[in-house]
Amino acid sequence: MTIETRFHLKRGGFVLDVDVTFPARGATAFFGPSGCGKTTLLRAIAGLVRDPNGFCRVGDALWQTGSHFLPPHRRPLGFVFQEASLFPHLSVQRNLEYGLKRVPGQQRRVTLSEAVELLGVESLLTRRPHGLSGGERQRVAIARALLTSPRLLIMDEPLAALDRASKREILPYLERLHNELAMPVLYVSHAPDEVARLADHLVLLDSGQVRAAGPIGELLTRLDLPREQGAEAEAIIEARVAAHDESYHLSYLEFAGGRFSVARNALPLGHSARLRVLARDVSITLQPQTGTSILNIFPASIDDLIEEGPAQMLVRLDIAGVPVLSRITRKSAKVLALAPGKQVYAQVKAVALLE
Amino acid sequence: MISDADLVALRVTLQLAGLTTLILLVLGTPLAWWLARSHWRFKFLVEAVVALPLVLPPTVLGFYLLVTLGPHGPVGSLMEALGGRPLAFTFAGLVVGSVIYSLPFVVQPLQGAFTSVGRRPLEVAATLRASPFDRFFTVAVPLARPGFLTATVLGFAHTVGEFGVVLMIGGNIPGRTQVLSIAIYDHVESLEYSHAHILSGGLLMISFLLLITVYALNRRFTMVKP
Repeated sequence: MTIETRFHLKRGGFVLDVDVTFPARGATAFFGPSGCGKTTLLRAIAGLVRDPNGFCRVGDALWQTGSHFLPPHRRPLGFVFQEASLFPHLSVQRNLEYGLKRVPGQQRRVTLSEAVELLGVESLLTRRPHGLSGGERQRVAIARALLTSPRLLIMDEPLAALDRASKREILPYLERLHNELAMPVLYVSHAPDEVARLADHLVLLDSGQVRAAGPIGELLTRLDLPREQGAEAEAIIEARVAAHDESYHLSYLEFAGGRFSVARNALPLGHSARLRVLARDVSITLQPQTGTSILNIFPASIDDLIEEGPAQMLVRLDIAGVPVLSRITRKSAKVLALAPGKQVYAQVKAVALLE
Repeated sequence: MISDADLVALRVTLQLAGLTTLILLVLGTPLAWWLARSHWRFKFLVEAVVALPLVLPPTVLGFYLLVTLGPHGPVGSLMEALGGRPLAFTFAGLVVGSVIYSLPFVVQPLQGAFTSVGRRPLEVAATLRASPFDRFFTVAVPLARPGFLTATVLGFAHTVGEFGVVLMIGGNIPGRTQVLSIAIYDHVESLEYSHAHILSGGLLMISFLLLITVYALNRRFTMVKP
């Protein structure tokens, strides 16, 4: 199941010109600087803007092709806008029911109580939108979109208009959404942090064009893509809780290339976990190091390396198919004679659990 | 105190204003909606035509209506050819005149209200499966409620206060086309100042009360909006 889109849209001086296919499962993040066309692309997918020559297919449903254009109200999608945009003349409950009652009974897969529970809006039901905080409003808006039982949930920077505290309040709900509903999500963001936590798949946009698209682990570690200003070079690794070690208060997280030891967490065994490994926390040795305090050492092969400034190099390592970045000095690269294909050991000094 | 003739004039006035307002809401709502949403290049022409009655002397408007609706005018002769009667000097003629005369007072508040609703709530409704018709009635109209209130009251009050157009096309036929404003004029002409006082004072009070209601209610609505 994939989503295939082709759009060419002029917006004043700006041109969105995309032809991109991405999986219709998990969360796909559209990432790029503001004004790069992320929002316009999602609005085109929703049918809120119309490119007369556009093409949009979701799974096997054709939403737009040639003269066939399914109007937005007939597309089975949920859209969460940057501002919650609750209907001010309706109570929270009536806002939630607005979409729900327009979906035929046999197509409803999400019940009111499920959505209310998932987003924790129970206590708000009788309130009016104007009395809610920004975070509360956005949670209601997400629940309202879910209640149309969409086959595709589109979120256009749902956290951008919120302050830090409200963001922290909502992120866990978005993660639950991601984990508990088998609903593909398209997510626009220009916050690298949100993307790292939520996305499985990434579409990088720049001035109206797709720079790259692919699984997040692969895309984040590509050396040929420009990194967002101030963004850390990092790798995201999908892992699973394999065991907890009570005596040392550690948890063991298994991934394709081995097992990470991290500080004990509360996740149940078998639970999936997302790890962030910063390039500056990964060092390279030619022999497996003994007599070191570092626990996480994995055999790896060098994939590629590029210079990063006059003194440093960014190395892409392959740990049994899982890409990881390492930042070392140019001198070290020379001394160790690092080159693509060389077998080395990656020492990971620090790893952060994202979920 | 208040004569039977005055009561009849009051009845004719209320009927005229009520019917005019009703017709204007029915016709003016889609027109205002279109004006608020359309990106047509020459939309300003339509807006200018709608606003004309604001600046035109009512007698000018009344004169052209008389010429058009009278037995020798294009509409009048068509009506006669179809076996009807020309509209000049009839209540129906007054309604036609009032609808045109009060058009901007209904269309402009509605257009402003629809514009201030903005695109976003309607887009949200669209993504919640509401058809264009559905979202117009369940989102645009409720959110434009202050505009509807203003339009209704202004349309009604302005029709009640109309004089020049009525005089030109309706004449002054008691029980049929004589409205309050003309009755007042008649009283003054015949130096019946006490009668004129009662009617004028009544109209002043009613108009003032209507406007107070509108502004008070609209203040509440805008305070409720986020």
